[in-house]
Amino acid sequence: MAFKVIQPGMLALLQDLGRHGYQHLGITSGGPMDELAFRWANALLDNDSNAAQIEITFGMFTLEAQASTSIAITGADLRATLNDKVILPWQTYPIHKGDVLAFHQPRFGLRAYLAVKGGFLAQPVLGSVATVMREKLGGLTGAGDKLSKGNLLPFHATTQHQQRAVPRLALPNYDQVEIDVVTGYQFKHFSGLDRARFFSSTYTLSQHCDRMGYRLTGAAVGRDQKGIISEGIAYGAIQIPSDGQPIVLLRDRQTIGGYPKIGCVTNFSGALLSQKKPDDSIGFRYISVDQAERERHLQMARIHQWR
Amino acid sequence: MIAPLIYPPQLDLVSDHACLLTFSKVIDDTVADVIAQVTKALRTCEGIIDLVPSYTTLLVIFDTDHYDRFKITNKIKSLSASVDLNTIGNNERREVIIPVYYDPEVGPDLEEVATQCQLSIEDVIRLHSSTRYRAFAIGFSPGFAFLGNTPEAIRMPRKTTPRLKVPLGSVAIAEQQTAVYPSITPGGWQILGRTPIALVDWQSESLALIEVGDMVRFDPITRDEFLAQGGQLNGF
Repeated sequence: MAFKVIQPGMLALLQDLGRHGYQHLGITSGGPMDELAFRWANALLDNDSNAAQIEITFGMFTLEAQASTSIAITGADLRATLNDKVILPWQTYPIHKGDVLAFHQPRFGLRAYLAVKGGFLAQPVLGSVATVMREKLGGLTGAGDKLSKGNLLPFHATTQHQQRAVPRLALPNYDQVEIDVVTGYQFKHFSGLDRARFFSSTYTLSQHCDRMGYRLTGAAVGRDQKGIISEGIAYGAIQIPSDGQPIVLLRDRQTIGGYPKIGCVTNFSGALLSQKKPDDSIGFRYISVDQAERERHLQMARIHQWR
Repeated sequence: MIAPLIYPPQLDLVSDHACLLTFSKVIDDTVADVIAQVTKALRTCEGIIDLVPSYTTLLVIFDTDHYDRFKITNKIKSLSASVDLNTIGNNERREVIIPVYYDPEVGPDLEEVATQCQLSIEDVIRLHSSTRYRAFAIGFSPGFAFLGNTPEAIRMPRKTTPRLKVPLGSVAIAEQQTAVYPSITPGGWQILGRTPIALVDWQSESLALIEVGDMVRFDPITRDEFLAQGGQLNGF
């Protein structure tokens, strides 16, 4: 019982909530770039919150169902079709044997999530199926491979289906340009002028944006900052290398590094950022740790309440 | 002497799900011992999902789905202050011995390091293998341990152009650091030799041979011993 990959597209990866507990050995967490979309997809199907899904970047991805099931798609609108009929994200769809599910190209956002009832079945490596290509860990093969033509993605077949959709109120706005930042312990080492410049400038996503991190271009900040002694890097950390152009470190980030950090993008702002493409513009917005925590609780409560 | 030690460590929030403990502003053996101890103490703490020890700091990542930030940070504060400093340094440090075949055949920078440092190849090998190193941090790639410190006589900067592919098991130096490449990656360090043993095995129970805080020694072996232990000569 499986989905067969007909066309693998640019980048389709098996992901769960990530590989935790091995960062001291230099193993990154991986996991969904858009955590909110991922959590909603599993909630729509009443799956375990960690059930494996496919993260589809950009599109050009086609699957054929070999059995009946129920799916949810969330995240970017990649002009998906089910047997050539347009379908919209943030809801569930029944799937029958022989159905062809295709993701074409982005209309809104960049990364879509495809969840199946019960989750895709793969052998976890170090407790997770999250695919980290650079580390050759996880995914369908266990060796960090992206999905390729002919792959079979197993699931437990079911004919049960519940029509469900994410409430409009809870839908993220992928057009939002403000990215929330918690200022960290190294913020105080940046000059007043640099801090003001950082929060008042428009930054553009460069071509160098991937699951590891997003390199931005715009007003240079903290060019006078010296390197620090290498230390652990949290999700969302904003590194400032010597050219003063910020790099936001995301799911597949390296575990340690020696560039100073001006702050940390929150989990859900990191999700929004992950839906943006090279040449898109963003601005950073200061929020306190308490505000970040309230925002997260609110988002999580919406998901839990709805379940 | 534990002059550079900040104890209990300074706790700074990094975001709503992580905090950084700072133990010192300078790299030091005692500091590394204390960090290793605190890492061990925190490993048993519920709600902590990841610990990233490094030279002078420890990054702690917690599970915000199930635990309250204030409770967790309070627990971290009390546990990280519970190490008996009098026992630091007395504890038996784990020693890892890594066999190395030092030869230009697998250590293409051996001759250049010798020339630059005005030493013979034998001296470079003797100096590199007679030092006990400490694993200060792990990162860059899975299982890549930053070991220090190399003897001053063989300190060399990184190569101006990094190699696109460094063979598995290559033993290399850069400034005061030395390391073994646990996987095939690009790298700019000066390669002196190669070990036949696997540093990481994600299928095994132990996962990685070296952990932060361990002591590491390199043991020179012959070409025959290298081959007998499964060493591969190609790779460049």
